[in-house]
Order: sequence, then C-alpha cells, then structure tokens
Amino acid sequence: MRTTVKTIIEKYNNDKTRLMDILMDIQNNFGFISDKFVEVIARETGLSIVDVEQTLTFYHFFSKKPVGEYAVYLNNSVVANMKGRAAVAKAFEEELGCKFGNLCDDGKIGLYNTACIGMSDQEPAAIINDTVFTSLTPLKVKGIVQQMREGKKVTEMIDVIGDGNNSSPLINSMVFNNIRKEGPVLFSEYEVGAAVKKVTEMTPNEVVDEVKSSYLRGRGGAGFPTGLKWEFCRKSEGPRYIHCNADEGEPGTFKERVILTELPKLLFEGMAIAAYALDAKEGIIYLRGEYKYLKNYLEAVLEEMKTANLLGENICGKKGFDFEIRIQFGAGAYVCGEESALIESAEGKRGEPRNRPPFPVQKGYLGMPTVVNNVETICTVVKIINNGADWFSMMGSHESTGTKLISVSGDCDFPGVYAIEWGMRIRDLLEIAGTEDVLAVQIGGPSGVCIGSKEFKRTISFEDIPTGGAITIIGKDRDIIKDVVVNYMDFFIDESCGSCVPCRAITVLMRNKLQKIIDGNGVMNDLDDLVDWGAKMKIANRCGLGQTAANPILTTLENFREKYEALIDKDSDYNTGFDLEKAVADSCAYVDRVPNL
Amino acid sequence: MSEKIKFTIDGKQCLAKKGQNVLDAALENGVYIPFLCHVKGVKQAGSCRICNVKVAGRTMTACTTPVAPGMEVENDIPELHDLRLAIIEALFVEGNHFCPSCEKSGNCELQALAYRYQMMVPRFPYSFPQKEIDASNSKILIDRNRCVLCKRCIRSFQDDQGRNLFAFKSRGHKVEINIDKECAVNLSDELAQEIMDVCPVGALIRKEKGFNEPIGTRKYDKKPIGSEITSVV
Ligand SMILES: Cc1cc2nc3c(=O)[nH]c(=O)nc-3n(C[C@H](O)[C@H](O)[C@H](O)COP(=O)(O)O)c2cc1C
Ligand code: SF4
Repeated sequence: MRTTVKTIIEKYNNDKTRLMDILMDIQNNFGFISDKFVEVIARETGLSIVDVEQTLTFYHFFSKKPVGEYAVYLNNSVVANMKGRAAVAKAFEEELGCKFGNLCDDGKIGLYNTACIGMSDQEPAAIINDTVFTSLTPLKVKGIVQQMREGKKVTEMIDVIGDGNNSSPLINSMVFNNIRKEGPVLFSEYEVGAAVKKVTEMTPNEVVDEVKSSYLRGRGGAGFPTGLKWEFCRKSEGPRYIHCNADEGEPGTFKERVILTELPKLLFEGMAIAAYALDAKEGIIYLRGEYKYLKNYLEAVLEEMKTANLLGENICGKKGFDFEIRIQFGAGAYVCGEESALIESAEGKRGEPRNRPPFPVQKGYLGMPTVVNNVETICTVVKIINNGADWFSMMGSHESTGTKLISVSGDCDFPGVYAIEWGMRIRDLLEIAGTEDVLAVQIGGPSGVCIGSKEFKRTISFEDIPTGGAITIIGKDRDIIKDVVVNYMDFFIDESCGSCVPCRAITVLMRNKLQKIIDGNGVMNDLDDLVDWGAKMKIANRCGLGQTAANPILTTLENFREKYEALIDKDSDYNTGFDLEKAVADSCAYVDRVPNL
Repeated sequence: MSEKIKFTIDGKQCLAKKGQNVLDAALENGVYIPFLCHVKGVKQAGSCRICNVKVAGRTMTACTTPVAPGMEVENDIPELHDLRLAIIEALFVEGNHFCPSCEKSGNCELQALAYRYQMMVPRFPYSFPQKEIDASNSKILIDRNRCVLCKRCIRSFQDDQGRNLFAFKSRGHKVEINIDKECAVNLSDELAQEIMDVCPVGALIRKEKGFNEPIGTRKYDKKPIGSEITSVV
C-alpha cells in the first residue's frame, strides 16, 4: 500500500501546495486516508502531521475512516427536501438497515448527507463514487442498492441519459441541462477561437478597456466590475494568475454546471483572453468536487483546445502568448467559493478566507497577483470581445449591463436555467417558471434574501435585488421557518471555516434560539435578540459567509414576522426554554426513578 | 527617520509608521483597543474580531487594517463596546471556562477582558460542550475546554524546518487545536513556557510545573487589562 501512496505523492512532485490532489487521489484509491497515510504524506511533503490533518479534516469528502466501496452522498438541501428527499433517505436506510452517517452492509456501502450538489432542478439527487443520480424515488433506490450489493460499477447503474453533452461518452450522465431560456449572450451562436484571435491583435490594455467599457460586473455574487479588477491586477508585478471560480456552492445554484457541460470551450477561451489581458501564463479552474463526473470530458476539451492552438504555446500564432489551465478540484466546502479561501485551497490548505488587504489582485495564489472570476463572468467576456462592449451594455439595466443566468428551482413547473436580462421583475420570472400560489422567493441562496409577494414587483439587478443566480421558489404549503430557515442555518453552521468567533459561535446560538422558538418556548424578546445578534454578525465577520449567515433569520423576520409571532407565547415575557424533565432524565433513568416534578 | 503617518482615533491625533496596522499603532499612541488573537510581530489572524473598529462607517479589525494617512478611526463607542462584549460572552458560552479552578486565572486575557468589559452574565445561554483534553505531549497539556481558537500557538511556533507545531482540526464550531506528535516531541522547558505564555487563556498548560505566583497577585488581578495604555474610567 505504502508504495502506492508514495507514487501518488511523487506524481505531484512531493509538492505541499498540491496537498488537495494528493489527498483526493489517496481518498479515491483507498476509500479513506489513514493515520499511516497522513504520516507518509507529512514526511514526503515536508509538512507536519498536524498540518496535513488540518487540510484533511476541513473537507467533507476526505475521511480518515473508510467511507465504503460505495459512498452515497445524498443531498439534504431545502429543494431536495421539497422534492421528496425524506422518502428517498428512508428507502436507503431501510434497504441497508443502517442510518445516514454510517457504513452499512459490512462496510461495503456508506450513507452520508451532503450539502447542495448543484442538481436542484432534478432533486432528490445523490452522488455515488463521483457518479450523479438524479430524480431519485424510493423505488429507484431499491434498484440502486441491489446493484451495489451485486458489485456493479456505478457508471453502469444509471438508467437514463441526459440531454446535450451529458450524453457524450466522456460524461455519460443522468443529468439534464434544463435550459429554459437561452437569451442573446451566452448561448448564442459564436465561432470558437474568434475572440481570442481578435485579442491577439489588440494590446492587453485595450482588452481591459473593452471589458471596462462594457460595464460587466462579476457574476459570482459581489458584482465587482470585471475590467477594473483586471486593471488592478495589472498594477501588481507578476507572475500573475487567473483563477476561474467554479465552486458553485450556494445551495440552489446550478448554472455553472450547465455552462461547463455545454460551453466549456467558451469558458477556456475566456480564460485565455483574461490571461492575455493579465499577461498570465497559468490558470486554474477551481471546480467543486461534486462535479467530478465532468473531469474526463473537461480534460479532453482542454486537449482539443491545445491542439487547436487556442491554449498552450504561442496561442493563435502570437509569439509569447503561452497559457496553460489546470483543473483543481475542491472536496466539499462551500466557503472555498470565497475567492481567497479558493486560493488557499488551491495551495493545498484549509479553505479559510484571508484577511484583506492584501487583496488577491495584489497577493493571491502563491503570493502573486491573481484575478478570481466566476465562470459566467469569464464566458461573458468572450461575447463582449466578439460583439463589442456597446452591444453588451445596451442590454440590462443602468447599473447592471447584459444578461444573467438564473438557476430556478423549488415549487415551480419549469425548474432550470434562465438567461434573463438584468432588471426583470421577480413576478415575471415566476410566471415563466410556471408557478402559482407562491409564498416566498429565496433570491441568491441562503446568503441572499427571502421575500414575500409584496416584493415580487422588485427587479433582479444590482440596484435592487442582486444575485449570484439561485432562485428558490417556496410554495404556499411550506412552513418557511421549519422547512427553509432551519435548513439554511444548519448549512452555515456546517460550512463556517470556524475562524471568526461570531461566525463560529453566534450562528449556532441563533440556531439554538430559533429552536427554542420552534419548540414553543419563545418570547417576544427572543425576536429582538435575533435581530440584534444578526446585526452583529453582519458587521463583525471576516468574509461573506459569516456576514450573511444570519440572513435566513433576518430576512424572514423582516418579511414574515407573523410566522415567528405565531409560534410565540405573547403572555409570557420570560422563558429560558429550560426543560427540567429532560435535564434530569438521564440521572433518573440511572437510578430507575420517574422524575418527580 | 522614516516618515510618520497622521491619523486619529476617536478624535485623538496619532502617528503611525508606514505599513503599521491600526492596532499596533493605537497601542503605541496610548490608545487601548482590546484584542485577543493578536501577538505583536506575528502574522495577524484577524479571527477573534474583538479589535473591530470603525473607519468611514465600516467595521474592520484593527489588527489587519494598515493605517492610511488621515484615517479617522472610531474605537471607544457604545456600538463597538456592545459588539466586543458580545464576542467575549460568546467565547465564554462556547467553551467551559471555570475560572476558579484554572491555572491561568489572573493571567488570563479572556477573564481580564470580561472584567474590563464588566461582563455580568453572558447574554447567551451556556452550551457546556464536551471537549477532550490532550495530555499526550510530555511538556504541554491541551485543555480544549478553555481554548478560544485564537491561533496564537499555530502562528507562533515552527520547528527548525519550518513545520508547524500546532494546527487546527476540522471546521466550524467543531474546530479544535492539535499539537504535532513528531515536531513537538522534545520541547525544551523554555519553549514549553513560551507556549504557555503565548496562549491568552489556560488551554496550553505546562506539565509537571507548579505556579510560583499566587492568585491575587497576578497580572490582571490588580488592574484591568490594557490599563497601562488606557485606564478604565
Ligand atoms: C462564502 C462565499 C462563497 C462564494 N461562492 C462563490 C462561488 O461558488 N462561485 C463564485 O463565482 N463566487 C463565489 N463567491 C464570490 C467570490 O468570493 C468572488 O467574489 C467571485 O468569485 C469573484 O468573481 P466575479 O467577480 O467574476 O463575480 C463566494 C463568496 C463567499 C463569501
Ligand atoms: S466569517 Fe466564517 S467562514 Fe468567513 S472567515 Fe470568518 S469564520 Fe471563516
């Protein structure tokens, strides 16, 4: 065994900055990363043992204990629950005779929960050994369990093949694209390579200027002007790097998945253009581990692009325009979508966001100036170069030019990807998504806002309600607190990196307070506390995760306060929620006594 | 002499060296900004968030913010007072801090901050978590009940090959501190003492060592933390 571990480490030149890849390969080969393996990695890479463990234990998909020959990761997001996850989970547990979080069938099959896997338009969904299973039902689960017992390969267990490139032999997946509205930008016809050819006839500064004058803003959430980011990066001495953020961790988002499936060439071309503008020689696509089923396909496309001289050396015949792209997989950590955590992770470390300043454009990957851009942002640049900044900035609204890909899911007839012009009303989107009786719309995933019908006249735009793209529709029959808010808070608790005190501790305290209210022990003061603590979370944390972790509670308290008040005993102004009977239950049981209260 | 940068804290004129962070500069100018994770000369963590100050209406940690010319820093204001107290309280309920039985009592910076900020009873309910004690190292005992996860030990101690003696494990509210069983195997008594001194609380304790100074005469027993810089009014 040892020699194999060593071979894996050698494949990455014993380089500690490639620790993610080393751990991933070992995890894939052996199904776990034992103490012995950790010691070998430490010795070979020159890290201390605790440092290797620090990275290992940060990521959901790395495990020190065997995860099973088949590791089933079933999504437990809000939308999965809406679509019948409970019955699917029950079916898995019953078929295997064990609970989630455990190994079953003599260690052959493991059942695990996992945060949103980017399949909200086809839930319930699970990942088994990197293969995605969508639209699960208890009946399908029966078949899957049977086939796992028979020892069948997961790739042979899928029963439907998705549309578009999902049916390519290199992907061969059940996943469907569900492109509902193509829009005039990303999905429009174009000639591969034309844009990168065009930029080789421009100076890097002219490319930056073109992007600047399109007023393109980052599609990853924060909306920072892309051209400006590139310009800032150019001001720092190189070598410079371009990183593409394909972590897509915000629950309810899946548009990147569709771009990666249908338009990978557009993305790689965009990265080459960014590389030209920044004078970068190397780029990284940080791809969430959940999308490993796209690995072979994306690598093949990269090769194809090299053969076509759109990547590699002297791109498009331009001497000195050299650019390589490496795919860096994540391993189950939402916070790694935060740009500086992404860089840390790509350097082989725990995905803890960095303090700013310095900003990544000043000191990023390996301490060098780095631009991190979202997948959609980078793809959009290609179309801007092809069709001109003016063409682009004519679309959208004043502060939000162009179009935006929106991932729509939840209680609607047509979940999927919609390319909309910025400035569209929520109400209009709800209409084309096929909805009726909508209680609430969650815009921008858990970190965004939850709005009620009074606000449906508002628009999706940076000047009104900005979003990275996740729109989750919550129908009239849902219990917004128990079905939505609780799940989102648990998500943030699981995903916090744990560095900042408020993010690490107060999120849990708010969740506990919420439980107190749900349990019928809430008083009006508790609502004031939640507002007060939530306000502190917004200002006191280092990164966007902690700053928005209270949003599920804060925005529903603002827009659905009556739902909270309905759970509260208004006659009482003091209730600690302390349950004496429960507190003495253990000791009473021990001495075989019934609590005498 | 290199040029000094002028800035203000709560209206008081201050001077900083180029590149200096707000926290270090404040302390040098006789203004106390409370902190827990900062160690002078060691890379900032910006993780306890207690040194949060306001600049142009935005909160930012003083330890990670370089002073800029003309910067107007707000520090001693009610909003920040309450924020800092809340963070201190969150630390108390997040762990198990039984001060009367702690070797560090009187020298503990968390305890001292609680006194300075006049914490009576935390606004949050106690969580009484189950934490493990690690006594496997021959010189240092880790009591995770008291650890505030400030990363001072992680950032301060490397062996001669640059390998970290301490590191985090896990993430979120499950993070804990670990000591390396190989790199930290033969700690000298001096280093063990240094480790204990760097820890702001009683999470890293020297083994087999009595404590010379009785409780009651220790660092923060007589005067509140930071009073050598700004006295408490
Ligand atoms: C917790 C957290 C998670 C994030 N996840 C993502 C993500 O999955 N994809 C993404 O593009 N940006 C994500 N971001 C935003 C990035 O930090 C960054 O702003 C973005 O990648 C910049 O690219 P853009 O300018 O093209 O939008 C996240 C931010 C935070 C705070
Ligand atoms: S806010 Fe939360 S996730 Fe972000 S750095 Fe702080 S602890 Fe980590």
